[in-house]
Order: sequence, then C-alpha cells, then structure tokens
Amino acid sequence: MASPHAHYRTNPGCRLPTGLAKAVQALVLLALVLLNANLARAAGGDFEAGLALLSEKSFDKKALAIEHLAESGHDQALTLLQTMSAGDLYYRKSDKRIVIRQDADKGYAITDVVTGQALGTVDRRDIKKVSINNQLRAQLTQAIAELQLGAGDPDIRKTALEAMLSELDTDSLPLLEKRRGIEQDAEVSAVLDVAIAVAQLESGERTDRLQALKALDGSLYPPVRNRLVAVLESDPDAGVRKAAAKALATIESRAKLFGNLETLFFGISLGSVLILAAIGLAITFGVMGVINMAHGELIMIGAYTTYVIQLLMPNAIEYSLLVAIPAAFVVSGLVGIAIERGVIRFLYGRPLETLLATFGLSLILQQAVRSIFSPLNRSVETPAWMSGTWEVNAIFSLTLNRLYIIGFCLIVFFLLHLILKRTRLGLEVRAVSQNRQMARAMGVRTQWVDALTFGLGSGIAGVAGVALSQLTNVGPNLGQAYIIDSFMVVVFGGVGNLWGTLVAGLSLGVANKVMEPWAGAVLAKILVLVFIILFIQKRPRGLFPQKGRAAEG
Amino acid sequence: MFMKRLLANDRGGRILLSALLLISVAVVASNRLLPEASWLHVPTYTVTLLGKYLCYALLAVSVDLAWGYLGILSLGHGAFFALGGYAMGMYLMRQIGDRGVYGNSELPDFMVFLNWQELPWFWHGFDQFWFAALMVLLVPGVLAFAFGWLAFRSRVTGVYLSIITQALTYALMLAFFRNEMGFGGNNGLTDFKDMLGFSLQADSTRIGLFIASAVALAAGYLLCRSVTNSRLGRVSVAIRDSEDRVRFIGYRVEKIKLAVFTLSAVLAGLAGALYVPQVGIINPNEFAPLNSIEAVVWVAIGGRGTLFGAVVGALLVNYGKSYFTAAMPEAWLFALGAIFVLATLFLPRGIAGLFSRRQAGDESGSSALSPPPAPSSDGDPQGAKHRSSPDSVTDSPANTATAPMSPLAQEARS
Amino acid sequence: MNAQGYAPSWLNRDEVFEFLKPAASTRLDLRHNCILYIEDLNVSFDGFKAISNLNLYIEPGELRCIIGPNGAGKTTMMDIITGKTRPDSGKAFFGQRIDLLKMNEAQIAEAGIGRKFQKPTVFEELSVFENLELAMAGDKAVWSTYRARLSGEQMDRIDETLALIGLENDRWLRAGILSHGQKQWLEIGMLLMQNPKLLLVDEPVAGMTHQEMDRTGELLTSLAGERSVVVVEHDMDFVRSIARTVTVLHQGSVLAEGSMDQVQSDPRVIEVYLGE
Repeated sequence: MASPHAHYRTNPGCRLPTGLAKAVQALVLLALVLLNANLARAAGGDFEAGLALLSEKSFDKKALAIEHLAESGHDQALTLLQTMSAGDLYYRKSDKRIVIRQDADKGYAITDVVTGQALGTVDRRDIKKVSINNQLRAQLTQAIAELQLGAGDPDIRKTALEAMLSELDTDSLPLLEKRRGIEQDAEVSAVLDVAIAVAQLESGERTDRLQALKALDGSLYPPVRNRLVAVLESDPDAGVRKAAAKALATIESRAKLFGNLETLFFGISLGSVLILAAIGLAITFGVMGVINMAHGELIMIGAYTTYVIQLLMPNAIEYSLLVAIPAAFVVSGLVGIAIERGVIRFLYGRPLETLLATFGLSLILQQAVRSIFSPLNRSVETPAWMSGTWEVNAIFSLTLNRLYIIGFCLIVFFLLHLILKRTRLGLEVRAVSQNRQMARAMGVRTQWVDALTFGLGSGIAGVAGVALSQLTNVGPNLGQAYIIDSFMVVVFGGVGNLWGTLVAGLSLGVANKVMEPWAGAVLAKILVLVFIILFIQKRPRGLFPQKGRAAEG
Repeated sequence: MFMKRLLANDRGGRILLSALLLISVAVVASNRLLPEASWLHVPTYTVTLLGKYLCYALLAVSVDLAWGYLGILSLGHGAFFALGGYAMGMYLMRQIGDRGVYGNSELPDFMVFLNWQELPWFWHGFDQFWFAALMVLLVPGVLAFAFGWLAFRSRVTGVYLSIITQALTYALMLAFFRNEMGFGGNNGLTDFKDMLGFSLQADSTRIGLFIASAVALAAGYLLCRSVTNSRLGRVSVAIRDSEDRVRFIGYRVEKIKLAVFTLSAVLAGLAGALYVPQVGIINPNEFAPLNSIEAVVWVAIGGRGTLFGAVVGALLVNYGKSYFTAAMPEAWLFALGAIFVLATLFLPRGIAGLFSRRQAGDESGSSALSPPPAPSSDGDPQGAKHRSSPDSVTDSPANTATAPMSPLAQEARS
Repeated sequence: MNAQGYAPSWLNRDEVFEFLKPAASTRLDLRHNCILYIEDLNVSFDGFKAISNLNLYIEPGELRCIIGPNGAGKTTMMDIITGKTRPDSGKAFFGQRIDLLKMNEAQIAEAGIGRKFQKPTVFEELSVFENLELAMAGDKAVWSTYRARLSGEQMDRIDETLALIGLENDRWLRAGILSHGQKQWLEIGMLLMQNPKLLLVDEPVAGMTHQEMDRTGELLTSLAGERSVVVVEHDMDFVRSIARTVTVLHQGSVLAEGSMDQVQSDPRVIEVYLGE
C-alpha cells in the first residue's frame, strides 16, 4: 500500500535516543496505517499542491492554495480551511511544513496539521503564521460554506447553514439554490429556504425583498431577526419596511411565547425534582407523621448507589441507570427500615424528639459517606440516550435528561398513588395512619406496616437520588440541599395529601423559575421561602388540608 | 434579696451561679496574677475559649426558655444569635475606620472592594456603641416579634413551627450570602480592630469580654428564672402541655407566647453580640440550620425545662466538640450524631433529669401530705414557695412516679 | 365569614367600618331571661353536616342536660360556643349583646363561659394548687401574669375550692398523677375558679364511681341557680338524677326538649336513641 505521504515517516527534526525513537517510529507507523485507510480516498495532486502553496508569501498564491484545497475533496480540507480562517495556521520555516502550535514551557509545541503528528518543541522564531487578508477571508468563508453544504451528514449541513445565516448575501444565492435543487433532507431544505430568503433580502428588486420577508415571517433564527431589524432601519422602500415590521412583530411574539414555554419547562423540571425529593417525605411525614430529617441523606444514598453501580458495570453505562433505580430503591429502603426499627419506633408520638434523633442520623450518614467515598463530589455519567437535546425550533430546545426526569417523576407519582389506593399494603397503611388501635384490633400488624411504610418512603427517596445524580454532582451534602425544600413542598401542599405534594412541587418549581430572571436564583429562592412561611401562617394546613374531626387532633 | 427569692427553690441554679462566679474569678486571677510558666496559669487563648462557651451557654438558656418551658422547638435560634452578632460586627467594622486595607474611613473594606459609593442606610448609626448595643437587642427582638405574631396568631405549632423556623434561618443564610445585601457576603465581617477604644488583641480586653460574657450569662439566667418562677412561667408550662386548655381558661396564648419567645430571641442576640468580638468574625455560616439544631441538642443533653441543665449541656457538648475536632476531626460528626440519637432515646430529661431524680431520693423531708403554707401576713409572695419542685413531692408510696417526667413521654403514654 | 352576600361588607351603604362600631359590651345583659341564645346554627365538615339548623335557649340559673347518640353534634356545639370551631352560618349570643361568633376562646372565657372537656385536661406538670391558681379569674395580661402574687383572699378562695372538690390534701401533688376521677374534679374546680356565668360540662362523670357520681350531681345542682349549667352526658341514671330540662340532639339538631319523663316517652326519641 504505497502512500503518497511516505516522506512523513522519516522526520529529520526528531532527535531521540534510539530505543525510544524506535518505539515512536512504531507508533507513528501504526498511526499512519490507520490514517492511510482514511486517505485512500484522497484525490491527491491538488491537496498536496495547495498545502505547498500555503507557505508562500503572496496572497494570490494563497488564494490559489485555497482553491486547490477546497476542490481536493480531501477529508482534512475543511478542518484545514477552518483553522486557517481562524488564523491558527503556521508553517515551520525549516521545511515549510504546515503546523498548529500550542504553548509550551519554552516556545511552542507544534503538531502537523494533516497527520496530527507531534513535531516537538520549537522556538518562537522557528515558525511563521499563515497570514490572511480580508479578501482571502471572504474566499475562505465561501469555500468552507461550499464544503459544509456538500457534507454527507445532514446535521453538519444544517448546522453550517444556521451558522451562515448572518453572512449571506445575493452572491450566495446561486450556491444555495443549487443545493436546494438536490437537497433530500426535509429539515435541511427548510433551513435552506430560510437561507435563500435571507440572501434575497439584499436583492435590488422590491418584489424579491417582499417575497423574502413573507417567507421569513415568524422565522425564529436569531440572525434572521437581526437582518430584519437592519431592513426595518435602512430599506429605501416604505412597503418593504412595513412588511419587515410585520414579520418582526410575529417573530417577537413567537419568541416571547417560546421564552415563556422555556421558563415553564424549566419550572416543571425543577418542580418534578422537588416532587421526587418530597414525595417520599409525603409518605413518612404525611401518612405516618414521622419527621425524618435524614430524608435528604436517603436521597444521597440513592445517588451514591447509582455511582457505585456505574463503577461496577463500566462497560454498560447505557443500562446502569435501569439497574440503579431498583438498586437505589432497595438500598435506601433498607436503610430506612433500619432507621425505623432502630430509632423511630421508640419515638412514635414524640415528633420533636424524632426530629432531633433523625437529624443526628443524618449527620452520621453524611460523615459515613464522607469517610467511605471522600468528601469530594463524584460525577455520575449520563447515558447517551439521556444526553442531548430535543430541538423544537431554533430558539426552543428541551434537554433530554430533564424531559426524562419529568416523565420519571410522573411515573413514580402514579405508581405510588396506585400502591396506596389499590393494594393491600396501601389499605393497611391508610388504616394504621388513621387509627392505630383500631387497625391493630382488626388484625393489622401495625409494626410491620410501620416498617414497610417507612421503607417505601425511604426507597422512593433513593429513587429520587438516582434522578438527581443525572442533574447535579453527587456529594455528601446532596441531601442537605433538598431537605428544607422537600419539607416546604409537603407542608405547602398539605400534609397527608399526595396530590397536594404534586401541585405544590410543580407550582413552587414554576414560581422559582418565573422569578429567577428578574430576581436572580438566590433571591428567587429566598422569596419562595418567605412566601411559604407567610402562606403557612395563613393556612396552617397547606393547600389541600384534611378537614373534619380527624384533622382537629 | 431579689436573687435570694429567685434561687430559693433552685438548687441547680445556686450551684451553677456560685460555680460561675468562682471559676470566673479563678480564671481571671490565674491569668493576670500567675506567671506564664506556672502550670496553674490559664492562657488568654483559653480564657477566650471559655468566654465563647459562656456565650453558647446563654444561647442554650434562651433556647431552653422557648423549648423547655414554652414548648416551641425553635430550629432558628441561630438566626437570632447571628443577627445579634452581625449588629455587633457592624459596630466593630465601623471602628476599623481608615485602618482597613483600602484606608477608606467611611466604607468598610468589602464595600470598597465591591465599588460601593456610599454607606447603605442601614449601616448608619453603627459607629455609635449605644446604637449598636440597642440594635443587638432590637433586631432579633423585632424579627422574633414579627415572626411570632404571624405564627402564633394563626396557631402554627409543633413540628410545623419547627420547620418554618428552620426555613427562616435558611432563608436568612441565603440572603446574607449575597453580596448585594451589604453585609460582606460570603466572607462576612472580620478584621476587627478595637471595641470602645480597647484593642481586641489585647489580653485585658479579652479578659474583659470573658467577664462580660459571664455577667451576661448570670443576668440572662436570673431573668429567665424570674420568668419561669412567676405565674407567667407556670402559664408557659401549661401552654406547652395543653395549649387549648389555657385558651379556655381565658389567657391570650398568642400574647404570652409572643412575649416569652421575643425575650428568648433577644437573649440569643445578646449571646451572639458577645460571641463575635471574641471569635473575631461573623459570617453567614452562623445562620446554618445545623447551628440552631446543635443549640437545641445542648439543651436536650443538659435537660430541657431546667435552665441550669441548658448551661451544663452547652458547656459539656462544646468542650467535647473542641476536644474531638482537635483530636479526631473525622469523628466529631459521628459523635454529634450519636449524641442526638442517644440523648433522645435514653436521656429524655437530660443530665439534669438524672441529677434531680437522685436529689428527689436524697431529700425526703417534706411530705406531699404536709399542710400548705399559710399565706403570710405581709403578703410575702407565695408563688415561689409553691412551685412543685421534685423535693416537695416525695415520701409518698408513689415516690418514683411523682418525679416529674418528660411531658412528651406522657404524651406517648396516653 | 360573609354569609349574607357576595359583596364585601364595606360596599354596603349602611355598613360602617369595623373600627367605627362601638365595642361590644362585655357586661352580660340578661333582660330577656336568656343567657345563651343559639339560632339556625349550621356547620359541616367535608360535606358531613355536624350541626344543622340548631336552636337552643338556656335561661339564667338553669341546669340543662343534653343527650343524644354519638355523632349528634353535642361536642361540636360546645366547640362553637367556646370559639373553637366557627359555624358556616347562624347566630350564637351570650346574653343579649355578646356575639360569641366574633370572639376567640380567651375572650369567650373572659366573658364568663367555662368549659370542661370530655377528656379531662388538666396541666399535668403543675400541681393541683397551681392548676387552680392559673384558672383563677383576674387580669390575665402578660405583664400582670408575670408580676402576679397571690393575696390572702385569693389563697382562701383556692382553699375553699380545694375543699369543695375534695383535693385539699393533695394540693401539692402533680396533677398528672391524680386518678381519672380526681382529674375530673380538678377540672370542675378550675371551672369554678374562673367564676363563670355559664358552665359547659362535657361528660363529667365518665370514669367515676357511684359515690363520686352522686357528689358530682350534688355539686352541679348546687351550682345551678347562681350560674347556668349545661351538661352533656351519656349516663342516663346520672341525667335522670340531676335533670330538670333535657334536650335531645339528633343529627345536629334538636329532636325533643322537656322533662326527662316527657322526653323518654317521645316516640321519636325512643326510635333514635332510647329504644335501641
């Protein structure tokens, strides 16, 4: 397999001890074998010539070089041109090799731009920048655009088009229209239409401009908006200006709508996190009347369980979460049952004492995690299927992990609701919470129900921890950050009422996010806290209180 | 005379105040009179540490007044402590004058650093000690009053109240972390130079602050004692045990709670104000919910419902904390957590509970069936004598049962 | 709150601001020979009508017994009179002038209505003596409570009450260790210390021996005359022994009223209550 780049193999600039040199050579060889597989398709000729011309002083020759490179069809051509356009391209004076540089201790570490081969460290004076002027820059932009539009991947084409929007003028029209003729992908075609319309805004013909404006009415790409503002300010024709104003107004209102939708989405996302954190508490506090200050730590344990599961199955991160959810439920649930059996059951009917004792447990759990896992934060990996975004349009996109968490929260909520309303356990739990003596008289094993209820609430805290591990770093203080919020949600919603928890969580989340833009994150949080403090004064039993005789006690 | 009456039935208090007096005198004398080489010499560092403990003890007394007697488990007393501390810190900040890093005689360093142009309105007046001293009492007092007015009027009680007091201190912590609040943000207030013209670095000032803390603790103790020993104190206990019933015999429960809670907050603020010059810094971490809960645990350990127990608990736990954090820093949180759990499970009446039970067994003089003291002709106050203290209810067959037990333990029983 | 109309009251022309109205008189006005006046009272919990269109009139000095099956609304009625529960609609007046629905528990207690609960609630951590001391009528503001000292006269009153309730030898005992019956007595004693014009007594003889029951009956009858006494009780023998007028409640309203004999022979009463 004869390579056109064989001369790279012997590098005169490289002075190394023979043993090491051999090893390096072997590595380079290996790299080249891999590289050659790529380069096999290279058309040759033009690319090499272009590369050679880049180190010339004359801008005309460089222009020729750009043409050569752009038409070579070489895989590296696009990167090379982009690097050049950014002004990051250098050549080594000694052998005119084109390189990129990085700061090193003395001088620069340089790398061959085509092969990626490290060429050692050189002095500042050994290399020279491949300088460009405005004319070249324009040519580069054009060449890069053509290359990108021709890319095989529709995503690249789309991204490139979107990036181009602010620079288009009538000169770009032929290229765009040619592409529009052959474009297969629907999404790319849509962007192409927008791009053509934007380019036509520069047209001398009034009708062209009006037509373009019509096409752009309501388009959400930020550059489009800027272009329309420019048209509104400077277009000679009043009719065109009016059409631009109309198009802009539509854009503004749509942008506002999507802005609000985005706030709502963030609010619901925050709300579902709050619900997940609080819903276990709604059971232990709401149904059993137990103040569990260690609830936050049970969430933390769930998050650490996720971390450990990922450590145990490093090759299957994709599935780790699916394993982590039941695992966290079991681990946190067992810890919860241990807490109930070990401490809380001796303190029933003494809520203030329970509060203190469980707070002590929370300190112990925190310190235990600190001792086992170190006090530093651990990061839990997000599986590929959860990362990324769902782009609804140019200015409105939803991150997938948050979407998943909203869905997950709803699933957990309704499952729990089902358990409490439809199962034997749920019936017994409700019976015990309403009248312990009576339930015992009916043959319900109240101790067993207590332990299971507490385990259920704790297990759900663990599951919440799995969800939280996808949003924040996992650290010993994770739980503390959520405990006060969780209590606020439960108390705000009305104790002993799952629906209240749902409504309270969502509304607090949304309220937080609505206030954030004008108050800042911290102040918004303070305002929400103050609001709840005042609200509880007004309605001590929350949004959805339990009424009647039973609630009086 | 006044003190004699207050302490007539309070053996723990008598011992405590005598010990406080003795130790203070001994510590000061040893620090000032003995040569440094002597093994009896108490270094100034230790004196300041003890002063810090005394401030904590005063905080514990205030928590106990609210929790032990009134039944309000406040998880936000740290906020009142910190507010008192900030008021004092602002005075100390203004005393720095142009000796700060930026040499600005008007603005504290952090304001210069944040490009503030002029002193915010709420910083005015703090260059005067009397004003700062007033604010030390007023700011926590007004906050407690406003909070209590809202909470008690709408009858928020029990754990709900505890949780919103915690939310209160948490909200304040977040607020004080913000630079825009004008209290130094993250770093808080520090680099204090002097107080009333005395350098805070000087040994004599430190001794003075220690003495001031001891006096404040004694005065705070007596003040609380005068409340708990009055009919107001008995109504408080009644509210703690059965709030509704108190309403039905015609007391304005809200007002009584408000008065006692506010008094308790003011004492906490005073403790904070004495604490800050001794440790040399006040920052938003003082608002952390953990601090407030720790104060509650001192009281739980010492024995809620007995003022001297609160003091003993605060001193013991803090000594333990100093010891642990120096010897085994890792273990402190384990130890603290274990204290929480064990104290609530096995020591519901705290150390004072152990003490008073033994005392009840020792002194079997008066009988439950003894005739009641006749009202004396000169109108001598009867309330103090009539307090049902453990030593007046002994010698009956139900002796063990008569020893007062935790009201919560009774709740669990009924 | 605003049961009459949907518009806020300040929109009505004939309404004046709350603060312009003269303060309600705290002096008890008994001109129409009626100390407690309850009319068209309604209250419901979550759709369940605990009290519906209840009318009840108590004369000064009367001893009235109220009976009725469980859930008839007896305790709820007491809750409304003492300010613990707010009704959905209706009127409740103490004498001619004092509107009970506008007052809180403490104000109602101060106006002269005392209540003994179904479950005896005394202050268990305080001594018997202190329980009575706290209940004693007088200035109950914060500062005066802090400064309060017992005068010789007040001591005598406490002694009298102690003798009356038979606890003079147990005055220094912690109330928490009293027997159930003794707690009932102590609570009645506390009621007496309040010196009320109207006593509401909820199940006074529960947990008492026959001997104690007789003494309670004597006490309650002796109290009536000076004061009005309303007794809610399940024990029929006890009711028969003390009752002059009996009111039967059923499903939140008055089913029958009259002497014990009249009530007992009423077929409706027999059907819902006695006949079973």
